[in-house]
Parts: sequence; C-alpha cells; structure tokens
Amino acid sequence: MNNAVILAAEGANPLIPNVWEIVVTVIGFAILLFIVSKFVVPAFEKTYEERSAAIEGGIAKAEAAQAEANAALESYKQQLTDARTEANRIREEARAEGAQILADLKEKAAAESARITEQAHVQIEAERQAAVASLRNEVGTLATALAGKIVGESLADDARSARVVDRFLSDLESQQSAGASK
Amino acid sequence: MPNDGHLQRGNALIALALPAETENGGFHAPGLEDLHLPEILPWGAEYGTGFGKQMLLVLLSIALISWFLVAASRRGAMVPGKFQFLGEYSYSFVRNSVGKDVIGERDFRPFIPLLVSLFFFILVNNLFGSIPLLQLPTTSHVGTAYALAGIVYVFWIGLGIKKHGLRYFKVATVPSGVPKAILPLIVVIEIISTFFVRPITHSLRLFATMLSGHLIIALSAAGSSFLLLEADGLLKPLGLLTLAGGVGMYLFEILIQVLQAYVFVLLTAIYIQGSLAEDH
Repeated sequence: MNNAVILAAEGANPLIPNVWEIVVTVIGFAILLFIVSKFVVPAFEKTYEERSAAIEGGIAKAEAAQAEANAALESYKQQLTDARTEANRIREEARAEGAQILADLKEKAAAESARITEQAHVQIEAERQAAVASLRNEVGTLATALAGKIVGESLADDARSARVVDRFLSDLESQQSAGASK
Repeated sequence: MPNDGHLQRGNALIALALPAETENGGFHAPGLEDLHLPEILPWGAEYGTGFGKQMLLVLLSIALISWFLVAASRRGAMVPGKFQFLGEYSYSFVRNSVGKDVIGERDFRPFIPLLVSLFFFILVNNLFGSIPLLQLPTTSHVGTAYALAGIVYVFWIGLGIKKHGLRYFKVATVPSGVPKAILPLIVVIEIISTFFVRPITHSLRLFATMLSGHLIIALSAAGSSFLLLEADGLLKPLGLLTLAGGVGMYLFEILIQVLQAYVFVLLTAIYIQGSLAEDH
C-alpha cells in the first residue's frame, strides 16, 4: 500500500489513488453532508413551505375578502330596498292619517255648528216664552184699563178680567196657530 | 493560463503554479508528474500523508460550500435577495430537476441532502480548476473521485438491501420478461455491469474529464509561454495562437466542470431510483 501511495505521489499511474486524499474527501464530505442535512435542507424546505403557504393563504384571504365584499354589497342593496319600502309605507300612512284627521275635523266642526244652532234655537224659544209671558201680563192690564176707561165700567174684578184676557189670548193663539197651520 | 510558468519560475509560489520547465532551451511538455505538486507539510511525507494542495482545496471547498449554503438558506425571506436567490435557485435545480424528476415525487425527499451535497462538492471542486491561483480541479486526483463514487456505491446498495432485503440482489440482477434460455448470460452481464462496472465508470468519468481538461490547459499555457518567450523569431506569433486556443479551452473547461457535476449527481439519482424500484 505504501508503495502505491508513493507511486501516486510521483504521478506514475494516475489511477492509483493517494489513500489520504480518499480519507480527506470522505471526512470532508461527511462534514458537508451533515451540515447540509442538518441546517441547509430544512431551512430551504421551510422557506418553500412558508412561501407556498403564504401564496395559498393570500389567495384564500383574497377570496374571503371578495366574498365579504359581495355579502356587504348584497346587504346594502337589501337595506336600500327595505328603506325604500319603509319610506313608501310611512308616506302612505301619513297620507291616510292626514285624510283621517281632515275627516275628523270636518265632523267635529259640523257637530259644533249643529250644537250652536241648537243652543240658539233653545235660547230664542226661551226668550220668546219670556216675552209672551211678560206681554200677557202687561197686555192684560193695559187692555183692561183701556177697556174700563172706554166702557166706563169697572173691571176691577181681577178674576173676571183675568178670565176675559185669558180667553182673548187663547183665541189669539188659536188664530195664530190656525194661521201658521194654514 | 498566461500567468503560468515564466512568472513564477524559481519562485516560492511554485506550489500554486503549473510548471513549464525549459531545459537547455528545449520544450518540455508538462506531464502528470508536473501536476503532482510538492507537499505543503513535507514532514508528513515520511508517513505517506502527502498533505498537499489538493487536500487543502478539498477542505477549503467544504468551508466555502457550508458557508454559502447556510448563509443563503438561513434568512428564508419570502422575497429572496440576490444571494438567497442564487442559493435557492441552485438548490431547487438539484432538488427538482435531478431528485424529483428522476427518483419521483413520492420518494425523493430523503435523498435531497446527499444529492445537494454531492452536487455542490463536485461543482466547487471542479471549478477550482478554473479559478486563477487555485487552478487545480481536486477531482482530477483519482482518490477524491474514488471516494465520492464509493460513498454513492455503498449508499445505493445499502438502500436496496434496506428496501428489499437480500431479495434486492435478485431484483437488481434478474430482469423480468427475459427468456429462460439466455437468462444466465443476462444475469452475469447484469452483475458485472451493475456491481463492478458502474462504480468504476462513475468515478473515472469524473476523474478523467477533469484530469484531461487540466492537462490540456496546462499544456496550452506552457506551450504559449515557451513560444512567446523562448522560441525563435518566426515561431513566436504561433504563441498567440496557442494562447487563444488555451483561453478557448479554459472557457470550454468551465462548461465541462459544471456538466460533470450535473452528470455525477444525475447518475447518483438514477442509481438511487434503481435501488428503490420494484422491478428491474
């Protein structure tokens, strides 16, 4: 073996190796293989995985954002439609309510005017009654005095005169009512 | 290269130069002896270590590759910088174009470290042949080529036994669908080609291409140097021709160096795939 090494060192036969070159190569390569498998490959593979995960994650995120945007748009459209319907409904209600209020007011006004008319009628009747009563007294007295003076006859007998006046007046009234019925 | 030879003749840097000795004015073509450089630790020579430039370069390559790969992979940024990109690009070239495509999507992951280490180790050690001052493809020393091919040889046989048990030797040597009559012949050929020829061609292909490339460049450098400096007047211009040829060979050699690293790793992947395959 020693012979072979010396031969190689002299370059006599290029196919005969220097054993120490083999040793150095094997040890050196073992160290390199250890470093590569321990540090380099895991680091590169991790980077690859993270990168592909980031790309896939980015795509998923974009899809999620797109879906969210679509949902938001849909919800806004829905809300807009709802709001329009609501506004229409409120307008309709207001119109109906206005009509209702108007009708109520008209009715109330009519009732009020009827009440006032009624009251006026009652008052007029009462005043007429009072006037009739007062006239009956005064007309009786005046007519008696006048008649007494005219006929010269004392008509001081109140009871009789009162009867006469009453008869006169009831004649008058019956004539009046006959005239009214006519 | 032009700096070879005359500049460093008789210089202490002789260990880094390719010698182009001129004896008595004659041209002496550099041979294999000239490529074996003096040892750096001469006292070790007594014990036959011969610790020389080649071993130093092997260790240097280990340090360079480890530093490069660790530094390029450590950051792991989502958007790689130039440095990280270079590391990732060459890593994923071996990982995908060699490992994944040859061994297959399902099984290739455990072999990434071996393939990546082999590729970078051979690439850098080959390229040492084209780096000025270093100028020695360490794989042109057959010991390194034997060592690498030996590691791969042990690895794929071990892998086959681990996967199939001892039945692996049957899987590897007895092809299916061969007529019974010629089967013995085929089996003998398969045994020789798989278990004996394969590691030899695997190592010698690398070693021989590197050594011959190294020799060609040394020869053209020495020839140019001799022609330009020492030759008679009329022959001098020929030196320019050999110089141009040498530069061309230098560039071609870089291509060969990269290609051989790729070929070596590709074959390794093919051997691994063969060990994993169910059928021959």
